[in-house]
Amino acid sequence: MEFIQFHPTGLYPLGILISEAARGEGAVLLNGPGERFMERYAPTIKDLAARDVVSRAILLEVRAGRGIAGKEYVHLDLSPVGEENIRDKLWEIASFARIYLGIDPVRQPIPVAPTCHYVMGGIPTDADGRVISDESGSVVAGIFAAGECACVFVHGANRLGCNSLLDLLVFGRRAGRAMRDEAPRVQTPASKADPVKAVGEDLADLHERRGQERIDTLRRRMQSLMMDHGSVFRTDAGLNVAIDGIRGLKEQFSRVAILDKGRTFNYELMEAVELRHQLDLCEVILTSALHRKESRGSHFREDFPARDDGAYLKHTLVFDRPSGPEVRYRDVSITRFQPEKRVY
Amino acid sequence: MPVNLKVFRYDPDKGEKPYFRSYQVEAEPSDRLLDCLNRIRWEQDPTLSFRMSCGHGVCGSDGMRINGICGLPCQKLVSVLGAGEVLVEPLPVFRVIKDLVVDLDPFFERYRSLKPYLITGTPVPEKERGQSPEEHGAFADAVRCILCACCTASCPVNQDKETDGYVGPAALVRAFRYLFDSRDDGSSARIDLLDRKEGAWGCRTLWKCTEVCPKQIPVTKEIGRIKKRMYGAKQEKT
Ligand code: SF4
Ligand code: SF4
Ligand code: FES
Repeated sequence: MEFIQFHPTGLYPLGILISEAARGEGAVLLNGPGERFMERYAPTIKDLAARDVVSRAILLEVRAGRGIAGKEYVHLDLSPVGEENIRDKLWEIASFARIYLGIDPVRQPIPVAPTCHYVMGGIPTDADGRVISDESGSVVAGIFAAGECACVFVHGANRLGCNSLLDLLVFGRRAGRAMRDEAPRVQTPASKADPVKAVGEDLADLHERRGQERIDTLRRRMQSLMMDHGSVFRTDAGLNVAIDGIRGLKEQFSRVAILDKGRTFNYELMEAVELRHQLDLCEVILTSALHRKESRGSHFREDFPARDDGAYLKHTLVFDRPSGPEVRYRDVSITRFQPEKRVY
Repeated sequence: MPVNLKVFRYDPDKGEKPYFRSYQVEAEPSDRLLDCLNRIRWEQDPTLSFRMSCGHGVCGSDGMRINGICGLPCQKLVSVLGAGEVLVEPLPVFRVIKDLVVDLDPFFERYRSLKPYLITGTPVPEKERGQSPEEHGAFADAVRCILCACCTASCPVNQDKETDGYVGPAALVRAFRYLFDSRDDGSSARIDLLDRKEGAWGCRTLWKCTEVCPKQIPVTKEIGRIKKRMYGAKQEKT
């Protein structure tokens, strides 16, 4: 779960995705002084380098005071694409720039900054969507996952553009077929407890809460902790601060107030449920990131900037324990493509 | 800057009549109306209900009526709303479930009634079914539809009790999308469904749908092309 992809070009400040298609058609990134800075970070493929490389490059420019007007974004200049191509091939991107910034991307550059985009990790599954429960790949009978919630281990530390279609079209289909074939045969052991009742009681308990803490405040704090310490750049010290912070928020969450006592479209209750899951997942992400003392794909540790295949050419698995998340590793099966050094 | 909103409220569980409630929120000119609504819910009144997800005109879940015109609050910036109080109401035509949330089941039922999927008469090929950029261009605008229901809610034919059985522009946009797809073999089945007064002939070319569509789809023109196609199919038969 430590592998969270930041897309380099989110419309600033909303974070709306300006897809790679723009740079694919010839758009370029420019910093405050107007330099095409990707030439320095990736001399051969420049603006088309992998997402993690471009995201880091943008933030390094910003750190060095070379953002636009010294602020925390750079410019994406679409003028090399040409008016006709923008209209025909980048309609949606142009419409976002017009609606949200009131600018015409044919003539004016779009302000962009890295934005959280995709989670490479997820519920571990085999290639047919069967959920697995340990390092040896034991299957949990009758449970399947597919899509971004799942992790089929194909994206490694860094998904390539368009490859989320694999999760949807390929593995979604394979999971569907496996379910069709296995459903008649699966013998799910009868559960002693009534799981639906337990969930109902849990929700009712949450709904009743009349504490002092507000969901909105806790969520904002969680968001800043994750952006400050768990996003594009990570360090041991920062991750520890964030883990402590998230644990504190979990504790505060137990005193949350749900003011809407209604039962119809109660978004406050829904967001409380979401926030509780988010806090758990934040802890999993941060703990996985803390344990991986190397940099690989989307996971970049400033204190360990090199890749360390000897120790960490492995998949992280996290187990829920009463004392907190426990990190273990699973071997990577390498078939046709050996890992190589990444050079641009 | 302060933004004043007057929001439609209705909670059937409380057995009360619908009413309007005024709120004031602080916002930047570059904030979306959706941000203002979220701020109300998060900071002032957690009982306010409305659907939303993507926040940028891609999921189609937050259709509502803003100052009398159907649209997406995620596409309306505070800076373009003007100085006065912003009137926020649920989409017309549909039954209100709570506050700004309406029952869209009938909308999706009608959408599904026009077979919104590819119909083919040939066996599944080894690779995908190909298409030239020109062939795709014939319906590319319609692909942008996010099923937000703003068009159908704004259509005077759907709004009129006498004619509310009309499938509505959103369903027709999707019918157009397949009718003009070079890979689709379902045109006779589609035309059977469209060739009636609840189908494409229900449209009286009043352009309201085209005016409100947040994805700038030429809705009325596409309905017009369906009508032409049906007319052509009839000429061939006779
Ligand atoms: S045609 Fe436009 S207004 Fe109608 S549902 Fe589609 S996107 Fe919404
Ligand atoms: S053009 Fe047709 S579908 Fe669109 S609003 Fe007018 S009558 Fe309704
Ligand atoms: S929130 Fe998704 S379209 Fe407005």
